[in-house]
Amino acid sequence: MMFKKAMQRIGNGILKENPIFVLLLGMCATLAVTTSAINGLGMGLSTMAVLVASNGLISLLRKIIPAGVRMPAYIVIIATFVTIVQLVLQAYVPRLYTSLGIFIPLIVVNCIILGRAEAYASTHPVALALCDGVGMGLGFTLALAIIGLVREFFGSGSAFGIPVMPDWYEPVAILVMAPGAFFVLAILAALQNKWHAPSATNKKHDSDLACGGHCADCAGCTAAANHAQVAEQTAENVRKLAEEKKQAAARKKAAAEKPDEGGAPV
Amino acid sequence: MKTVFLTLLTTALINNVVLSQFLGLCPFLGVSKTVKTAAGMSGAVVFVITLSSALTSVLYDFVLVPLDVLYMETIVFILVIAALVQLVEMVLKKSIPGLYGALGVYLPLITTNCAVLGVSLTNVQSGHSFGMSVLSGFGTAVGFGVAILILAGLREKMQHNEVPHAFQGMPIVLATAGLMAIAFSGFSGLQF
Repeated sequence: MMFKKAMQRIGNGILKENPIFVLLLGMCATLAVTTSAINGLGMGLSTMAVLVASNGLISLLRKIIPAGVRMPAYIVIIATFVTIVQLVLQAYVPRLYTSLGIFIPLIVVNCIILGRAEAYASTHPVALALCDGVGMGLGFTLALAIIGLVREFFGSGSAFGIPVMPDWYEPVAILVMAPGAFFVLAILAALQNKWHAPSATNKKHDSDLACGGHCADCAGCTAAANHAQVAEQTAENVRKLAEEKKQAAARKKAAAEKPDEGGAPV
Repeated sequence: MKTVFLTLLTTALINNVVLSQFLGLCPFLGVSKTVKTAAGMSGAVVFVITLSSALTSVLYDFVLVPLDVLYMETIVFILVIAALVQLVEMVLKKSIPGLYGALGVYLPLITTNCAVLGVSLTNVQSGHSFGMSVLSGFGTAVGFGVAILILAGLREKMQHNEVPHAFQGMPIVLATAGLMAIAFSGFSGLQF
C-alpha cells in the first residue's frame, strides 16, 4: 500500500504534473541554463537535491512550524539547502558551477520548491513527501535535459558534448542563444496544444499546487503569499458595497420623506 | 557622468534582465496581458529592486564581509528582500496611499521575482560599490519595465489577430518574446 502510494507520487511528478511541461513552473532556470544537455541535467539534479531535502525537512517540522510564519521558515530551510548544494558543486564539479553561475543560488526562488513545500510537504508524512520530491525533481530534470538536448542537437550539432551531426550540417546557432530558448519552448508548447496534451497553456486543470499551477495566469507564483491580501481586498470591497447600499437606502428614504414634508403646508 | 549613462544603458538595454539574462520571467509572462497591469508591475519592480540593491550592498560590505560569512549571502539576501517587501508595503499603505493603490497588489508577488535576488547577487559578485549597485539595480529594473511594457503592448494588439490554433495562448507569447530577444540582442553591437 505504502509502496504503491510512493510510486504514484513519483509517477505524478514525472508525467501527470510535470513541473515544466504541464505546470509551467520555474521558467527562469528552464530557459537560461538549457543551452546544452549537460547543463540542463546538472541544473535539474541540483534542484532535485534541494527539493527532496527541503520536502523532507519541512514535512518533519510540519507540526512545529506555526502557520503564521511558515513562509519565512520554508524560505530559510530552502535557502540553507541551496547554499549546501552550491558549496558542494563548487568543490566537486567546478565546471558545472561556473556554467550554471547565478542560477544555482536562484534555486531559492524557484516556484516549484516553495510550491511543493506549501502544497504537499506541509501536510503529508515524511516518506511520501520525500517521494513527491523525487518525482517532481525527476520530472524537472527530465524536462530540462530534453529541452537542453533539443537546443544542443540543432544549435551546435552535438549531444552531451559529443558531436553527432555530419560535417555538412550547419548548426542553427540562434537556438543556443537567448532567443532560441523562447522559440524552443514556444514550439514545445504549441505541439502540446496541437495534440491536446495536458498543459497549463491549454487546459483549465485542478492541481493540488497552492497556486493552482497556473503560472501563466497567476502573475508571479506567490499566490500563496498573496492569499491574505486578496482576502483583505475582497473584504474591503464587500464593506464598501454594503456602505454604498446603506447610503443609497438612506437617500431613498430621505427622498421618500421629502414629498410628505413639502406637501404638508399646502 | 559617462559611467552613469553607460551603466544605465548596459543594464537596461544591452544586458536586458528578462530577454538576455532570463531573470523575472514569471511576471514577464504572467502580468503582461494589459499595459495597465504591466505598468503597475514595473513600477513596483523599479521601487523594490532599487531599494533592495542599496540594502543588500550595505549588508554585504558592512556585515557579511567583516564577519567573514560570505557563504550566508543567499540566505541573508532572500530574507532581507522578503522583509523589505513587507516593510515597503506597510510604509506605503500608511504614508503614501496613492502609490500603494497603484502598486499594492504587485508587491507581494515580487518576493519570489528572481530578478530581485539576481540583481543583488550580481552586484556583490561583480564587486560593485554602493552607488554602482543602486545605479545598476535601477537600470536593471527599468530594463524589466521596458521589456514587459513592450510585450504587454504587443499582446494587446495581438488579441485582434487570428492566431493559429496550436499557437493560441502561451506559445505565441513565447514566440513574441523570442522575437523581442532577437531585437534586443542588436543592442549588444553598440560600440563606445
